[in-house]
Amino acid sequence: MTYRAWALALSIAAVAGAAEAQSPIPDSRSGGKLLLTGGVSTIEGSGGGGLSTWATITGYGEEDGIGGNAHVTIVDLPDYQFRTAGLAVGLWDRVELSAARQEFDTGDTGALLGLGQGFTFTQDVIGVKVRLTGDAVYDQDTWLPQIAIGLQHKSNDQGAIIAAVGGQDDQGTDFYIAASKLSLAESMLVSGTVRWTNANQTGLLGFGGDANDDHEAQFEGSVGWLLSRNLVIGAEYRTKPDNLSFAGEDDWFDIYAAWAINKHVSVTAAWADLGSIATFEDQRGLYLSLQAGF
Amino acid sequence: MISKLTLAAATAAAACALPAMAQDPAHRPGEEAVEPYTVADANAGVAPFEGTAMLEAFNGREGSDRIVDGMLDRSVADPRIAEIFVATDMVRLRRTLKEQFCYILNGGCAYTGRSMRDAHDDIGLQPADMGALVEHLQDAMDAEGVPFRTQNRFLAKLAPMRRDVVTR
Repeated sequence: MTYRAWALALSIAAVAGAAEAQSPIPDSRSGGKLLLTGGVSTIEGSGGGGLSTWATITGYGEEDGIGGNAHVTIVDLPDYQFRTAGLAVGLWDRVELSAARQEFDTGDTGALLGLGQGFTFTQDVIGVKVRLTGDAVYDQDTWLPQIAIGLQHKSNDQGAIIAAVGGQDDQGTDFYIAASKLSLAESMLVSGTVRWTNANQTGLLGFGGDANDDHEAQFEGSVGWLLSRNLVIGAEYRTKPDNLSFAGEDDWFDIYAAWAINKHVSVTAAWADLGSIATFEDQRGLYLSLQAGF
Repeated sequence: MISKLTLAAATAAAACALPAMAQDPAHRPGEEAVEPYTVADANAGVAPFEGTAMLEAFNGREGSDRIVDGMLDRSVADPRIAEIFVATDMVRLRRTLKEQFCYILNGGCAYTGRSMRDAHDDIGLQPADMGALVEHLQDAMDAEGVPFRTQNRFLAKLAPMRRDVVTR
C-alpha cells in the first residue's frame, strides 16, 4: 500500500468512526430504566401498582429498548380467591401491550350463592397504553408528570350468570388517562388515574347493570415511598361504579410493599380491602404478586 | 539563560501544537485542549443546594471527589458503557465532574467545565447509557455511606441534565 492509499483508508475509517459515534439511531438496549421505575403488574395486567394503573410503561426498556414481563398474582379473601396471570411488553418506553387472565374463584361461597361449589368467573383483559408526554423519573425540575392514555378490553366467560344478576354485558372496555410522578427530592411517588368504566367489580361481575349502564369516571391513585433502590412501600385507592342493585360495590384500598430483587424478579405483597363483593362483606386479605421479566 | 530559552521554546512549541490551549483559561496541565468556551458556574446546569447539610452528607469535598472517582472507575469497567470513555480525556473529566459535584453541593467550588450540552453533543449517548451512569453513581454514593434519601435529593438536581446528555 502506498502512503496515499494508507492516508485514504485512514480518512475513510475516521469518517466512518465519526459517523458511527454520531449515529442518530441508538442501539437497541434492554434494562435502561432504574430499578422499580417500570412499576409492577396490576391485577388487570398493565404496568403500575397492584390495584391502580400508572402512566409508566412496563418493563426496563428505555426509549432505546424494549422490556417485558410475566406475572402471577393471588388475592386470598375470606369468601373468595382472586387470581390473575399475564404478560406485558413495553416498547421504547412509549407503548405498552398487556394481556391478563383473571379468575375469580367463589370456592365454598359459590354453593351459598347458588352458583355451585368452586364456581369461577374467568375474564381476559387486553390492554394498550401510550405515553403521551413527560418522564416520571428524569423530569425533576418540573411538576409536569408523565402522562399516558390507555384502554383495557375485558371479556368475561359467564354471560348467563352476569345477565341473571342484572349485568348488561359480558364484555366491556375501560378508557383511562394516567399521570405519574416520582419526586426524587422527597423519595416519593404519586400517581393518579381517571378511568371511564361501567365494569362491575372490574368486570368480574360483568359490565353495566340494572342500576346504571353508563360509563362513569372513576379514580385510582397510588402513593409510594422509596425506602431503598429495591424497596417501595405505599398505599392505593380505587373508586368503582355501583351498577348492580342486588349487591353494593365498595371502593378498593391496599397498603403494599414492592421489592425488586433485581431487574428480573420482583415481589409485591399487600393487604387489600376489597369491601363487599356479591353481598359478602369485608373481603380483606393478603395480596401477593410475583413478576419476572427484563 | 539557557534554561529560560528552553522554556520559551517549549512554550512556543506547545502553543503551536495546541493552539486552543492559550485560549482556554480553564486548561490544566495533563489535559487535552478543548474548543474555547465561556467559563461560568451556570455551565454546571443547576443551582447549588443551600446550606452545608448536603456537603456534610457527602463527607465534604474529599467524599464528593471519591464519589466522582468511584462512579467513573465503575463506568470505565462496565462493558455496557466502557466504550464511551475510550476517547474521553479522563483527567479533564474527573476534574470538571469533581468541580461540578462540589459546586452543586455548595462546597464553594467554581465550575470551570463546559455546559452539559456542549460537553455531550458529539458523544451520542443514549438513554440506557444514562441509566448505567446513574447506577454507578448510586453505587459510589452507597460506598461513601451517603443516605438513600440524600442520594435522591442529589439525583433530583442531576436528572434533568438527561435532556442535554442524551442525544439519541
